[in-house]
Amino acid sequence: MTVKKIKNRVLIAKPGLDGHDRGAKIIARALRDSEFEVIYTGIRQTPEEIVSTAIQEDVAAIGLSSLSGAHLRLFPAVVAELEKRDAADIRVLGGGIIPDDDIETLKKAGIEAIFTPGAPLADIIDAFKRACDTFYGRKQTE
Amino acid sequence: MGKDKRITEWEEKELAKSLARSPERKDRFTNHGNEEIPRISFPEKLDDKFISATGFPGRYPFTRGVQPTMYRGRLWTMRQYAGFSTAFETNNRFRYLLDQGTTGLSIAFDLPTQIGYDSDDPMSVGEVGKVGVAIDTLYDMEVLFKGIPLDKISTSMTINAPAAVLLAMYIALGEKQGVSSDKLQGTIQNDILKEYVARGTYIFPPKPSLRIITDIFQYCSRNLPSFNTISISGYHIREAGSTAVEEVAFTLANACTYVQAAIDAGLTVDSFAKRLAFFFNASSNILEEVAKFRAARRLWAKIMKNRFNAKEPASQMMRFHTQTAGNTLTAQQVDNNIVRVTIQALAAVLGGTQSLHTNSKDEALGLPTEDSVRTALRTQQVIAFESGAADTIDPLAGSYFIEEMTDKIERDAYLLMEEVKKEGGVISAIEKGFIQRHIETSAYEYQKEIEKKERVIVGLNRFQSEGSVKPPVLKIDPEVEDNQVKNLRELKQKRELKKIDETLKALKEAASGSTNLMEPILAAVREYATLGEICNVLREVFGEYRYRG
Repeated sequence: MTVKKIKNRVLIAKPGLDGHDRGAKIIARALRDSEFEVIYTGIRQTPEEIVSTAIQEDVAAIGLSSLSGAHLRLFPAVVAELEKRDAADIRVLGGGIIPDDDIETLKKAGIEAIFTPGAPLADIIDAFKRACDTFYGRKQTE
Repeated sequence: MGKDKRITEWEEKELAKSLARSPERKDRFTNHGNEEIPRISFPEKLDDKFISATGFPGRYPFTRGVQPTMYRGRLWTMRQYAGFSTAFETNNRFRYLLDQGTTGLSIAFDLPTQIGYDSDDPMSVGEVGKVGVAIDTLYDMEVLFKGIPLDKISTSMTINAPAAVLLAMYIALGEKQGVSSDKLQGTIQNDILKEYVARGTYIFPPKPSLRIITDIFQYCSRNLPSFNTISISGYHIREAGSTAVEEVAFTLANACTYVQAAIDAGLTVDSFAKRLAFFFNASSNILEEVAKFRAARRLWAKIMKNRFNAKEPASQMMRFHTQTAGNTLTAQQVDNNIVRVTIQALAAVLGGTQSLHTNSKDEALGLPTEDSVRTALRTQQVIAFESGAADTIDPLAGSYFIEEMTDKIERDAYLLMEEVKKEGGVISAIEKGFIQRHIETSAYEYQKEIEKKERVIVGLNRFQSEGSVKPPVLKIDPEVEDNQVKNLRELKQKRELKKIDETLKALKEAASGSTNLMEPILAAVREYATLGEICNVLREVFGEYRYRG
């Protein structure tokens, strides 16, 4: 069986009011360098706006970044909004300054993976590849 | 060989004047062995290059520092940035820091406050009380400063787009405490330009933002003569990933934009330039950082003198606050961060900073705990009282490397400022994304070096240890947001709505015309108008800035 090669398409988003986007921009650029198509929302997006962009842009995964401590409210809000908009197949990943205790809570809320300071870019890119594979129904990364 | 007459002249002029005003901390500064440590050292022979480029502390071009006695006269202000959850909690942290020997307060506001939203605004969900304290009305300021007399302290406020509102609340709080505005000491960050490229807490477009800033300059020059009206910040530009040269260049380019805007608004340069302050990052490359501080001081002095014709030395002096580099802290082996902060803090002191914040070791994990904040403050105290670095002035001057690096950073920063000019100035360069692209590229290249292990970060990509234990972090109770919202709604019920409406109407008129905005804002905060109400009036008139990458 041959699978038509679809380019991995992802959204990097900054929910809430946090303006620290060095990490988000680096991830966006690193993903582009790894042949992803990347849309970056810019800062100060509501969960509703992020999900609307994700659906319009037809992405496989969303990467959320927050360094202001608002992740516990905002990341699950994105997952809930995806469900509401019947787009729960879009994968959600997250990163930022996120205490260990919160990681389990976020995973239970449907965030696929969480990356904290010092996470190697290669691991983050791999996680996006896996998320895209799941979304596009591929067995494994080509 | 006798003393060079130019040294004698400096001693008789600047130094004598400074000593007459306030003596040094000690009669004699000594080493272990009771030998006297010289106040300042000079080359055996002073040549013209030394005089013009390095010179004397407290004299143009201020390469060696802005005060003739530097830390022998007074140590830098140990100013720890703090603020979280509610005004009540932050008041407790402030009192703790004052008890521990901190010498100036520095308020961290939460993001809704920094972006001009009330705690009950839908945009504020999840962010209330997180990265700083939530301030909605004058009432919150009253709680924040309970038991802290405003005439006894200096307060720095990290507030930009709504700086006029928070400053007005501070003035109104002074009125309530019986402290007149001319006694108030402190700093508002008030630096909107770097928000568009690095920090993100903008509200209005650049033009009305610059108008608010010049209104503040004008109001303060008349009413708050001891208040620093702006803290032009390279810190966040560096945190966003810039190099040291970019930090200096973009910060000074921003500074020139403010100075020009104020001159265009009809202010004379010497009426406001003394109250301009700066804010830089101290990163781990200690020698480059020392050179950076010296270069920035010299470049600014030349710009103020030659381009803007500032006549008074105080208008040519670059006074700055420094914070150690948050982005260098690692979540792995957090104790290593204490060492990083020590090196960075020492760079700031050897570079002649006026005040300093040292980061806590756990800030890559979350908000710092009281214990880690104490260690951060102790780091400054060890440098101040044990290291000897504060006992002699500009000790690295004359090092071939430091002087060469100082010259190079000054030259490269100047050239980059010229490039910004060619882009049509700062605002145009921001709109074209020129400054953002510069910073992003530097950030990405640096990250790639780390990923490839070409740049070693101890404990992160080399010398890792398995299972290093993460310390506890400070958590903000989710109830904080709900309580803040509840209290705000209760307060709103108690106000005289007619008066609020009147003051907001007057503000709208002022904003639509060209009247200075400070008085109408002050009138509104006295009636407990909320930050959000005031900013919404200004949003209506000025519009909002949209993100441009």
